[in-house]
Amino acid sequence: MTINLFIMKKLTSVIKVIPIRLNPSKHTIKLAEKTYVKIDNANNFLTDIAIFFLFLSETVKETFSRNFEFKEFLRQCYQIGYKTLALISVIGFIIGLVLTIQARPALVSFGAVAMLPNMVALSLIKEMGPVITALICAGKIGSGMGAEIGSMKVTEQIDAMEVSSTNPMRYLIVTRVLAATLMIPLLVLYADILGIFGSWVGVNIKGDVNYVLFFTQSFSHFQFVDFIPAVIKTFFFGAVIGLVGCFKGYTAGRGTESVGKAANSAVVLSSLLVIIVDLIAVQITDML
Amino acid sequence: MKEETTTTLEPAITKNGKHVIEIEHLRKGFGNQEVLKDISLKLLNGENLVVLGKSGSGKSVLIKCIVRLLRPDAGIIKVFGEDMSRLTGDGLTEIRKKIGFLFQSGALYDSMNVKENMEFPLRRIKNKLNQHAIDEKIAEVLENVGLSDALYKMPSQLSGGMRKRISLARTIVIDPEILLYDEPTTGLDPVTSDEISLLINDIQKKYKTSSVIITHDIECVRSTADRVIMLHGGLIYQEGKLEDFEKSKDPLIKSFFK
Repeated sequence: MTINLFIMKKLTSVIKVIPIRLNPSKHTIKLAEKTYVKIDNANNFLTDIAIFFLFLSETVKETFSRNFEFKEFLRQCYQIGYKTLALISVIGFIIGLVLTIQARPALVSFGAVAMLPNMVALSLIKEMGPVITALICAGKIGSGMGAEIGSMKVTEQIDAMEVSSTNPMRYLIVTRVLAATLMIPLLVLYADILGIFGSWVGVNIKGDVNYVLFFTQSFSHFQFVDFIPAVIKTFFFGAVIGLVGCFKGYTAGRGTESVGKAANSAVVLSSLLVIIVDLIAVQITDML
Repeated sequence: MKEETTTTLEPAITKNGKHVIEIEHLRKGFGNQEVLKDISLKLLNGENLVVLGKSGSGKSVLIKCIVRLLRPDAGIIKVFGEDMSRLTGDGLTEIRKKIGFLFQSGALYDSMNVKENMEFPLRRIKNKLNQHAIDEKIAEVLENVGLSDALYKMPSQLSGGMRKRISLARTIVIDPEILLYDEPTTGLDPVTSDEISLLINDIQKKYKTSSVIITHDIECVRSTADRVIMLHGGLIYQEGKLEDFEKSKDPLIKSFFK
């Protein structure tokens, strides 16, 4: 951080000195200015990363401190879990249904239609269910957290909490991050179940398959270890969504405009990080 | 980096004597802008100290430094004889339990109704009270601010004046010994402003509090001040009794008291 600031100051002085002593062309001055802006942006980016890691370490520290806000944690579990159920139900069901309808003709042409339940279950449980549910949650929960905490900051509610002998990190952040980490895997599981149900409905549009048979076929090639990486990564998705949403809200500026920005950037960044975490998880699973 | 002040103060005389807050050579800046340059003041036990000044003169920054929502760049702030900059964790929490802070915006928690807003600090600060005692305390304080019937209203259902009163009720419900008011009458009509000023005086008499009142509302100053400090350019421009300010020939002071 110190090094970056040093470079910035040096460069500022260069910009001031060049026109007087060297009489450079407009192009040189523009180039120097552009370089300064780029270094400034890089510096801001590095500062943001440093602040995020400080925020993360403070969150971890407060998670294991005494006086855990259990009541607020339960309230957040309700807000994140129960209040997202309807949305996840519709989306999970439709994903399973659409996947089945679209995959069926291809499998029929290969004479492998019997593999349809297994293929849909595999893609739902390993990839589609976790990623799509996490992205939906990033939109709904991440933006909600960013906007709520951001507006609390703008209206001095976080300061009020602090002077009321309440640690805002413990009360607002830890509870939300833990609730998201716990609830999103459950929502993914629920979405997977409804997706498989949607798939069964899809199969029955053009056929007549007993649910028990369909369910048995869905999991016929599955082993228990196949579930583990898919489940583990959903905990990381939850943690990322909770952390980014809270971080963006907590570090929002003082104006009302910053609340909108916090919500927006919470969605963008958490969605991006969900995809990156998924990529890392897939790579690790592949290596094992 | 600004040089850290190393002034050592005499231990504060608090309960039985004089000072509940002592500030020596306080400095606070944001980036290149130095908001408070060298502020030294003392708050006497039981007095209403009004800090007057134009917008941006650092009044709010001053009281936020007192309660350590902001960290000073230099200087010493002692509350009940405790150096606020050295307090951490439980020590800071204990001191904050004795300080009530009325925010400019009211800062009511939007997701909670009036009762929950008042229960929130009460449960954390007076954690030995049972539900019956909490309910009684809330009812008593709401009656004091004249809003007994607003118990189950949400902040969004309250007018500006009602929000301010409820915020005040939430501030005093914990029985603080020091009250810090950040522009308590800003954004209110003259009638409601007068009511809030009277309420501040009533609270001081009833709860025997010491107060720092940040304002640029002269009617509020006239109603509440035992002593006045004017901030200008990050420094204390003048300090004295209200009468001294009223009689002053200084153009800056006259511009406030015309």
